[in-house]
Amino acid sequence: MAKESYQLGQVTMRSSGGPRGRAMEKPHDFKKAWRQILHYAKPYRIQIIAVLTLAVGAVLFSLFGPNQLKNITNMIVDGLNGASMNLPKILRISIVAVALYLMSAAMMYFQNYLTTMTATRINHDLRRDISGKINHIPLSRLDQSSFGDLLSRVTNDIDTIGESLSHSAVQMIRGLVTFLFATVAMLLTNVPLALVALASSMLGFLFMKIIITKSQKYFVLRQRYLGEMNGHIEEMYAGHTIVKSYNGEQDSLERFEELNEKLYVNNYMSQFLSGMMMPFMEFVGNLGYLMVCVVGAIMTSHDLISFGTIIAFIIYVKIFTQPLGMVSQAVTALQSAAAAAERVFAFLEEKEMEDESDKQQDFRAERGEVVFDHVNFGYTPDRTIIHDFSFTAHSGMKVAIVGPTGAGKTTMVNLLMRFYELHSGEIRIDGTNITDLSRANVRKLFAMVLQDTWLFEGTIRDNIAYGSHNVTDEEIHEACRRVGLHRYIRSLKDGYDTVINDAFSLSAGQRQLMTIARAMVSKKPLLILDEATSSVDTRTEQLVQDAMEELTKGRTSFTIAHRLSTIRNADVILVMKDGDIVEQGTHRDLLAKNGFYAELWNSQFVNAVSI
Amino acid sequence: MRKMLSYMQAKHWRLFGISVVLMFLQVFLDLKLPDYMSGITEMVQTGTATTGALLRDGSFMLLCALGTTATAIAGNFCSSKMSASFSQNLRSRIFHKVQTFSKEEIDRFSTASLITRSTNDVVQIQNFVSRGLRMIVRAPLLVGLALYKMSMRYWQWTAATAVTVVMVAAVIVILIKFAHPRFRRMQKLTDEVNRSMRENMTGMRVIRAYNAEQYQMDNFETANTNLMENEQKARNIMRLMPSTNQFATNALTVVIYCIGAYLIAASGSYTLGLAVFTDMVVFSTYASKMLMGISSLEMVFNMLPRAATSAERINEILATEPGIMSGTKTGEEGGAGSVSEPGTVEFRHVSFRYPEASENALSDISFTAKSGETIGIIGSTASGKTSLVSLIPRLYEATEGEVLVDGINVREYDCEALRSRLSYVTQTAVLFTGTVASNVGYGRKTVGKTAGQSKTRTDEQKLWSAVDISQAREFVDRMEGKLQAPVMRGGSNVSGGQKQRLSIARGVYREPEIFIFDDAFSALDYKTDRALREALRKNAGTATSIIVASRIATIRDADRILVLDEGHIVGEGTHEELLRDCKVYQEIAYTQLTEEELKIG
Repeated sequence: MAKESYQLGQVTMRSSGGPRGRAMEKPHDFKKAWRQILHYAKPYRIQIIAVLTLAVGAVLFSLFGPNQLKNITNMIVDGLNGASMNLPKILRISIVAVALYLMSAAMMYFQNYLTTMTATRINHDLRRDISGKINHIPLSRLDQSSFGDLLSRVTNDIDTIGESLSHSAVQMIRGLVTFLFATVAMLLTNVPLALVALASSMLGFLFMKIIITKSQKYFVLRQRYLGEMNGHIEEMYAGHTIVKSYNGEQDSLERFEELNEKLYVNNYMSQFLSGMMMPFMEFVGNLGYLMVCVVGAIMTSHDLISFGTIIAFIIYVKIFTQPLGMVSQAVTALQSAAAAAERVFAFLEEKEMEDESDKQQDFRAERGEVVFDHVNFGYTPDRTIIHDFSFTAHSGMKVAIVGPTGAGKTTMVNLLMRFYELHSGEIRIDGTNITDLSRANVRKLFAMVLQDTWLFEGTIRDNIAYGSHNVTDEEIHEACRRVGLHRYIRSLKDGYDTVINDAFSLSAGQRQLMTIARAMVSKKPLLILDEATSSVDTRTEQLVQDAMEELTKGRTSFTIAHRLSTIRNADVILVMKDGDIVEQGTHRDLLAKNGFYAELWNSQFVNAVSI
Repeated sequence: MRKMLSYMQAKHWRLFGISVVLMFLQVFLDLKLPDYMSGITEMVQTGTATTGALLRDGSFMLLCALGTTATAIAGNFCSSKMSASFSQNLRSRIFHKVQTFSKEEIDRFSTASLITRSTNDVVQIQNFVSRGLRMIVRAPLLVGLALYKMSMRYWQWTAATAVTVVMVAAVIVILIKFAHPRFRRMQKLTDEVNRSMRENMTGMRVIRAYNAEQYQMDNFETANTNLMENEQKARNIMRLMPSTNQFATNALTVVIYCIGAYLIAASGSYTLGLAVFTDMVVFSTYASKMLMGISSLEMVFNMLPRAATSAERINEILATEPGIMSGTKTGEEGGAGSVSEPGTVEFRHVSFRYPEASENALSDISFTAKSGETIGIIGSTASGKTSLVSLIPRLYEATEGEVLVDGINVREYDCEALRSRLSYVTQTAVLFTGTVASNVGYGRKTVGKTAGQSKTRTDEQKLWSAVDISQAREFVDRMEGKLQAPVMRGGSNVSGGQKQRLSIARGVYREPEIFIFDDAFSALDYKTDRALREALRKNAGTATSIIVASRIATIRDADRILVLDEGHIVGEGTHEELLRDCKVYQEIAYTQLTEEELKIG
């Protein structure tokens, strides 16, 4: 059947190319963002200190290498010039050198290992906190944000942070340490040659800086067109049926090709510019190499240095130019990580619902009387949509709320369940103001069946027993029997243990019945049915209606309905219009009154009359 | 992946060829550099090194270095251009292909998956082509050329180098073998985390209503921890690579010098020894350059599995042949090809089954809608209403029997000509980024006469008229810019009911021969529903309407009503007839109408 369950959030963008393929995003406050990231790293400070120590150690050990090589070279040169070659000593030095390198490599691995462990842990913590945060933010805020955006924080942004923690941050540290120690080592070995190497490297670094600045523009443009392109693709695919039915293919293709062309130009420019990094890096390396060769040779020929020093320097230059690239790459990566972190932390710092641990937690509604006392409410402070609403639902009453779209029917549910807070007035259950109860306590009083039939990935049993404790299998079976699902569920291979997921899904009607069964087993004194039967077919509806009838017995219930026929036998019908209760009474009273309700009611049948 | 290469065009190969040549040059020049060093070494050792000679060699080296850089940049230019053009091409192919898909193929892949494939997967491929391909070519080139240069020296060095290279390569292969299944699993676990997160968000209200926050948190935590642990394992395996490489490069240099010392000691004479010494200095440079080339392959191997998966997913799209091929008839050719009865829809013993479904969604459906008639279709959920009407614009193909529009089988129609005759309004309203006008006036109409009143009106009048009929004027008037008011992506700046009315306006604007409303009125309240249908009746002229409804009120004044139950027609007639004779219809009616109402009927 038509699967329109498409959501933006399903499109996860995992970029694997590291920082180079990405647009360089500029954070607003680089320092603050990283301070926050480091705050998350605090529990792992021992690991981080170990990482730093190992990084320094690995670099130091690798820098001893060239020194050994210098000694070997000098001994060979001596041997060449007539003195006898001290082969055993050369062999000994070689073994020491290899051992040092091995130590260095081992340290590097352990440092990387620890970094991975820590970075993935921090990622895990961030994801956990974002997921947990959702439960503490008022619905008024969440209703305004898009799921796709939030999901992208959980996946992309946290990925970016993780990537930069595990790669770039370490690269940065390694780079700086190497840079520092290599400079010291070079200066200790020979000052003039060290200066030559330093100067030529700096020259290359300057070039790199220029390229980065130049390419920025193309990255931004590329990212923009990529976004537009993806947007167009999403829209066209999601609206495929309409595109086809209205012959919109041609227009869609034209727009696509136009965007594709723009994307192409910026794509290759940004790729080209970022691809220049590598050659320039190599040039810097080569430049250092040849300068050391030539200047070193001149100095050797003047007996200023030994030949071994040149060999050592050739390797130093290699070690020295590496971190330059590392650091400049890392800086970019750290920046986009900071930008990602800003988005993540903006969410984590979102204002939470007030703490309610001091409020009453175990209030039980024995009678189930609900009083609305001069209630005022609006989704935004400047626009009130419920005006001074007062009403008493007596114990066991069936209250129906009807009205045209946008009249504020669902708002009543939001207020009853304390998803939203009142502007003024109060709602009392058995005489207790619901703001004196904890939110969890309020919700414990209500069973709820909503318009959107939300099921989670899990077994049918878990879905029905959801949120309720100590539910026996018998009770679950009974509830399913009453909504007419039992036989169907038994006919499944795994019965009540069947897992509901992408591979096995229920029809809209069946899903609705599931949520009704869920409400049945939860045994709450109050009941809310929001358009509960709108997606159940009319024949099943009768079954559901009967089950509902039973469910509402002894409970105070609030039913919100589009279909007026479903609420004819309610004790009180509240007719809402523009946020106000314009009429209330039984079905017969209201029809007799011949007011707004009668108008709504008759509009269902006006055609019958006109025939 | 290999399949992917077959999508490369001549110009891509040309660019690739040029970049390979440039790469060869670059590698050659890069390896030339150490040769000068060997000259310099000799000069220094023999004491013939004058500053002038050294500077001359130095400037040659500088030329080499500059040449290397220049060729690298030029090569980079070619490969950037190639990869960008290739991805442009690939993206275009996919998009074109998906446009030809029928709903059947779209359902099979799912919209979300198609989007990821057209966007993200293409980016993956592009990344691979731009960087990976170059490295794959460059590494063997570097190794080959370096080996060739080295082979002229002493075999002991070559052997040591070869052993190291083989060892490093073996380590890379082994690591990849262990790491890749874990990386693949990681993708799955990431999906799992996303799914759990999405579940938390879509179920916000229910979760809070049932105080089940902790339950959801625990679920998320399981997925979250699984992802973390798997990621740690996968990454830590791959992390062995850089350490191995670094150690191999460094150790090899030491070994080469050590071997060198023995060779010099064994050579006996000064000149021979000197030759060995200069060779040694150069050789160690070659060796480390070579290992660097190999270690750059590491990055390729990191990218490859992802790119390969993406390639596979893209291939799946490109290899899918659309199940519905357009016919040729436009209905206006005249003679036998022309429409015999404009505005008619006929089903002749039509059965339909969704692919891989075990039962028919529709069985033996026969009916005719004559020009100007209004046909109502009613039935319970999953009784086949939507399936039935989606056969008319040929979004799906009937499994058996024939569907005829204007007397011509829909299979024989040119798809565009067929759809030009229809306005299909779906249950879920779809709006596109643009303006109110661009949405209402959406699409093209190539053939078919208009059933509406006039052709002389301006486009603006037509738009307003459509907006009027669909009862959308009330809010369009209030929007800033009116018809030119912007509509955001997915119509996010208008409400559900407004979206539905605009999508109905789109159908009306088309002035089709045949309207198909697939439960399009259910999002409207009764009053609007009624006003809209009245306006339609007055303005639609001779157009035929097929209305799917779940509310009896919507269709009770239809000329004929079809009652569907489990894919069969179980009743056909007017409201009164059905109320009298059709049991299923009666059941539906009882739940929706009062007794008094039933009596009036």
